Amino acid sequence: MEHYNMNLTLKVWRQKNKEDKGGFQTFQVKDISSEMSFLEMLDILNEQLINEGKDAIAFDHDCREGICGTCSLYINGKPHGEWKGNTTCQLHMRAFKDGETITIEPWRANAFPVIKDLVVDRSSFDRIIQAGGYVSVNTGNAMDGNCLPIDKNRADDSFAAAMCIGCGACVAACKNSSAMLFVSAKVSHLALLPQGEPEKRSRVMNMIAQMDKEGFGACTNTGACEATCPKEISLSNISRLNKEYLFASLTADK
Amino acid sequence: MLDAKIPAGELNNKWTDYKGHCKLVNPANKRKLEVIVVGTGLAGASAAATLGELGYKVKTFCFQDSPRRAHSIAAQGGINAAKNYQNDGDSVFRLFYDTIKGGDYRAREGNVHRLSEVSGAIIDQCVAQGVPFAREYGGLLSNRSFGGTQVQRTFYAAGQTGQQLLIGAYQALERQISLGNVTQYSRHEMLDVVVIDGKTRGIIAKDLVTGKLERHFGHAVLLCTGGYGNVFYLSTNAMASNATAIWKAHRKGAFMGNPCFTQIHPTCIPVSGDHQSKLTLMSESLRNDGRIWVPKAKNDTRKAIDIPEEERDYYLERRYPAFGNLVPRDVASRAAKERCDEGYGVGSSKQAVYLDFSAAIVRYGKIEVSKQGLENITEDQIIVLGKEVVKEKYGNLFDMYEKITGENPYELPMRIYPAVHYTMGGLWVDYELMTTVPGLYALGEANFSDHGANRLGASALMQGLADGYFVIPYTIGNFLADEIYNKPITVDHPAFVEAEKTVSDRLNTLMNVKGKQSVESLHKRLGKIMWEKCGMARNAEGLKQAIVEIQQLKKEFWSDVKIPGEINEFNPELDKAGRVADFIELGELMCIDALNREESCGGHFREEHQTEEGEALRHDDKFMYVSTWESKGEHEWELHKEELKYDVIKPSQRNYK
Ligand SMILES: Cc1cc2nc3c(=O)[nH]c(=O)nc-3n(C[C@H](O)[C@H](O)[C@H](O)COP(=O)(O)OP(=O)(O)OC[C@H]3O[C@@H](n4cnc5c(N)ncnc54)[C@H](O)[C@@H]3O)c2cc1C
Ligand code: SF4
Ligand code: FES
Repeated sequence: MEHYNMNLTLKVWRQKNKEDKGGFQTFQVKDISSEMSFLEMLDILNEQLINEGKDAIAFDHDCREGICGTCSLYINGKPHGEWKGNTTCQLHMRAFKDGETITIEPWRANAFPVIKDLVVDRSSFDRIIQAGGYVSVNTGNAMDGNCLPIDKNRADDSFAAAMCIGCGACVAACKNSSAMLFVSAKVSHLALLPQGEPEKRSRVMNMIAQMDKEGFGACTNTGACEATCPKEISLSNISRLNKEYLFASLTADK
Repeated sequence: MLDAKIPAGELNNKWTDYKGHCKLVNPANKRKLEVIVVGTGLAGASAAATLGELGYKVKTFCFQDSPRRAHSIAAQGGINAAKNYQNDGDSVFRLFYDTIKGGDYRAREGNVHRLSEVSGAIIDQCVAQGVPFAREYGGLLSNRSFGGTQVQRTFYAAGQTGQQLLIGAYQALERQISLGNVTQYSRHEMLDVVVIDGKTRGIIAKDLVTGKLERHFGHAVLLCTGGYGNVFYLSTNAMASNATAIWKAHRKGAFMGNPCFTQIHPTCIPVSGDHQSKLTLMSESLRNDGRIWVPKAKNDTRKAIDIPEEERDYYLERRYPAFGNLVPRDVASRAAKERCDEGYGVGSSKQAVYLDFSAAIVRYGKIEVSKQGLENITEDQIIVLGKEVVKEKYGNLFDMYEKITGENPYELPMRIYPAVHYTMGGLWVDYELMTTVPGLYALGEANFSDHGANRLGASALMQGLADGYFVIPYTIGNFLADEIYNKPITVDHPAFVEAEKTVSDRLNTLMNVKGKQSVESLHKRLGKIMWEKCGMARNAEGLKQAIVEIQQLKKEFWSDVKIPGEINEFNPELDKAGRVADFIELGELMCIDALNREESCGGHFREEHQTEEGEALRHDDKFMYVSTWESKGEHEWELHKEELKYDVIKPSQRNYK
């Protein structure tokens, strides 16, 4: 792999706090190596700002390997940037060319208020899980793990849905700010397993109700979420959710 | 004298006897008892959920924006359990034995046996929660091998085992929150423990969004705050993983156990330049199928694929025929360092070795051919089939590698090098997981307990969940049973006021230094000292230098650090500054501990103490103890020794040949 260095112009959203109106600021960075990660490039910008006596740009990150779901960033109009099936922290600078201008914004959704600069509050996702995204089993109640064989394909499908990292990119990508892909991933993960079966009706009803309450928009099937999801969570999960929801509403205790 | 409170009696019966005799708290009283759980990784989330289920009033704290993001999420390869589903000779005893041996005979028999006993129940619990472990076509759970063992006892969910286990524990926790048994405080960082009349009674936490300090009361406090590998700056740990919680506890009287025991993981993506902010692990599970090699010739600059088979040195298979590529981590890391130091390293930095899947791809391809009953198959078709199998097993790891390096590991061997990964050391705890401060517990990677001088792969997840689901729910009752007479203490108590003032003064001092160097640059310098002098190989002279350098760095930090922003707002730079200040102090203690331990064992390799073949040389006559350090003020510590007694296993020189 050939390495190269580049100079870039960065247009970054700055917002002091939730109440502040916020706006873009422009910065220059020099000699950025194509081997760096995108966040390492921001680290360099922050070092530069600190040395100049300015406030560092706040952005969320932790694992820097695409699994914790902490990083966000709307890069040139795309959540997590251009690369497919990728998180911001895994994006590397070889995706950019010398002289480019990069625009960096926070996730934008009513249910994700900005805390500072590029950092948003995603606690609404926790509350959706609290509404029913679990199996009600206390510690110590379990039977032997191999007592209940599970069809491998079903287990694999469940796993594919359980890979969701709760990053919120699906919401950021959606023109309606719908959290449907996130919710459907959890509903599918559990509905596909026998362990999740007993609560499947109440789960889907309660999670959807909470989603609405948090101010996420409705799903109009544009598919932007799937296209942007770093874990490539499939739209078929939304169809499954819809089926589960319909079934639950028809059979719910009145 | 330190009392580890290991129950008397036969090893097999210790835990059963303990459970049969420990004190219980009745349900009505549980509702009146408040427990603070700091940290919501595997250890903390499992503990908090279970204590909530039992009826205690629980508060949890984490610095991320959600418990689901704790560093445990990044664990890749798997979790061990002595289920013996493979019928390959596994048993509770064997897991116990492998763990003690893997730890180079520096762990407690009683603790490790208990860990092994509860391991099976962990898998059952996780399955019941809906953790989608890998399964075979028959619908049963699948296993794979990990280092340091000869059985297949590792359960996994592709390369995302930690994620799936943590989500299981997180969901159990969120359920308790919805039931009102647990209150969650995210984006909160614990900055001190409050001790009243010799017992832990609460914490001071900072709301990271507003910068406000808060006081929280608890009848007991559990620190489940993870490891401190980031003292080395570069490690496989998440960026914000830190030692602050355990360090504050240490300064308040909790002893540190074996702080210098650090695990350097053999298979990580090598450093690419000065900009490097962290290192990425390539799971040990890859050593099931990947073969490690370097060229037989020094400074060979040919591409890997141009080096013929007979000119490759599969040095692990050569040196350790019995375990081959699956030797324990400390052994594999030192062997890689040895080859690179001798000039056989590969890649532009020469600080890397190959991890090669080509043989496995062909092997799996052939299995597929026979499974699918295919005929007239070309070599290329076999490779295509083999790649599919490898993809199913390790796809996410291969993707991760490609994203970072821009190279395709299905075509070219991976380049890997050892990196700091895990800290076996931590707060000293007794059998009940209590530190030396009554009412203060440490669980998971934050404690020193079960892995001795080297942790075996897939055992940290097991330990974290054992502590949280199956150990603390019993042992905490033994303490809280006597607390039912004690009403919650108001947070206006002078001890709370004073602790808050100490924290606030320190934050102000940090902000007011207004020096010239960024936190990041000082952290990098600490990391360099630690890696060079207290890393994979250590010697007395280097350690003595390191101590002086770290003391100097501490002075520099407190007189020249530069922190932007304000104190009463969201200020990640200020949070980082506090953590780095603690890392500097911890780094000094790690060097002191490493200097004291005049032997090599597990991950602790003192160059003065090695066998002729370059293996770790223990001195059981002098160092069969846990080094336990009591804080005595700035730069001062007193060593207490907890003697280790082996009643069942006879320590011997570890042999993986
Ligand atoms: C890349 C990687 C892969 C791994 N793979 C495996 C594997 O395959 N198998 C295996 O067994 N082990 C593996 N390990 C090791 C294992 O993941 C960890 O040891 C384990 O997950 C630690 O869990 P924990 O609950 O103790 O701490 P963590 O998961 O680190 O959680 C710490 C928690 O404490 C909180 N916290 C810390 N300080 C404070 C504070 N001051 N105030 C408030 N909250 C605080 C954090 O917010 C977090 O919630 C791996 C480790 C790494 C780095
Ligand atoms: S569905 Fe995808 S985009 Fe949405 S939260 Fe999950 S991982 Fe992120
Ligand atoms: S920082 Fe963890 S997913 Fe990006």
